[in-house]
Amino acid sequence: MTESPYPRVKRHSGLVRLTHWLNAIVLTGMIASGLQIYVAFRHFGTTVTRLPVPNPFDGYVFPKAVRLGGWLAGGLNWHFALAWPLVITGLAYLGFLIVTGQWRELLFRPRDIKPAIEMQLYYLRLRKEHPPQGKHNALQKGAYTFIVALGAISVLSGFAIYKPVQLSWLTTLFGGFEFARYWHFVAVWLFIAFTIVHVAAVLLADRASLPSMITGWYRGKFPSHD
Amino acid sequence: MTSLDRRDFLRLGLVAGPASLVAGCGWDGGPFVKSRLATMSRLNDWVGENILQSSTRLARVYPVTARSSAMPGYHISRDVPTLEIETPWALEIGGEVRAPTALTLEMLQQLPRITYTVKHHCVEGWTAVATWSGVAFSAVAALVQPTDRARFVRFDSFDNGYYNGWDMASAMHPQTLLAYGFNDRPLMPDHGAPLRLYSPIKLGYKLTKYLTRVTFTATRPGGYWEDQGYPWLGGI
Repeated sequence: MTESPYPRVKRHSGLVRLTHWLNAIVLTGMIASGLQIYVAFRHFGTTVTRLPVPNPFDGYVFPKAVRLGGWLAGGLNWHFALAWPLVITGLAYLGFLIVTGQWRELLFRPRDIKPAIEMQLYYLRLRKEHPPQGKHNALQKGAYTFIVALGAISVLSGFAIYKPVQLSWLTTLFGGFEFARYWHFVAVWLFIAFTIVHVAAVLLADRASLPSMITGWYRGKFPSHD
Repeated sequence: MTSLDRRDFLRLGLVAGPASLVAGCGWDGGPFVKSRLATMSRLNDWVGENILQSSTRLARVYPVTARSSAMPGYHISRDVPTLEIETPWALEIGGEVRAPTALTLEMLQQLPRITYTVKHHCVEGWTAVATWSGVAFSAVAALVQPTDRARFVRFDSFDNGYYNGWDMASAMHPQTLLAYGFNDRPLMPDHGAPLRLYSPIKLGYKLTKYLTRVTFTATRPGGYWEDQGYPWLGGI
């Protein structure tokens, strides 16, 4: 390996790295067991009326290779067991952001709209110079705020279809049981879309960020983020 | 910007590989994982029963116009279970009670009748709205006077051994019925005639059809699907 011309800087704390990878594993299991559950009733709505919503997977049996649990009961048990580490990891991460004040560097706010557009122009080669930024640029803030919100929506819509009578207020908030189940399913594809963009951005734009999420130390072309 | 080269694909594979191994091939986890999943399921039952569940919160009732045009029925016997015309039927009620008894359909129908239109939730994910008529389980329990030892209720059927175990709070819930009517008509064999358990606070597989016996118990009874891995509480 050749000597890197970049300085070595501390990028991610242990808790962020731990929750990141735990979340990646648990979320994979949640999605796989969720797809197992979906194949038991491959539509949205009641038995006879379909919700007026698009579903490219209507009637589709997901292949065994992407399902976890073997059958409906197995899928349910995996899903409801993994929900614990998913929620605990999420709360630990959010608690850490709040206690350390790091949420300020991650929360997308209205003032980030203009720099986000500038950043997008830069990425599209329509703007020459990299816009000034803090630890994360406005587009990253948008992405990280989106994914935390998506996590919250997934968990809440999950509870809405888990206990539609006891938590009926929550189920109503999502438009009733059938819609809550639909939003819970839509969240899966948003997670997968995010992961594709996220991994592509790491590999194509800043490879040094991958080891930094493992060791905590970053040695790459954007050392000044901190 | 560089394009995704071969090395990148290898790296993607490094990430995706373990993930798909975990998800892989409809794996159910084997006996080791299964018993741990069962433990977690019991934890979730505990949370459902003791934290999320209210003994007085009522499920939403719907106008009859909201009824679904179809209500799937199912049974585990090969054919729809039916009673021989000559066979006298009565619901036996016993176990941890002071006054065990047997009630005929006529006797059950003389008790105060409750009719409601509610949403049915199947564990598979579908729903259907239907109207059910019957007697509150709590009214029948009052007749037999459960002892202090009674903490659960077991419901048995003539559907090839199908049975369910319930927590007492759910059984005594005001919307839990021993139902003999469906959509303004007598209950038919496809929905569990002559008598079935119904409650909008449980998933469909907890609602025993073709009832024969109700037993109050001190220990937790299993259930046909519950014994095979489905969540025991099945409360929603």
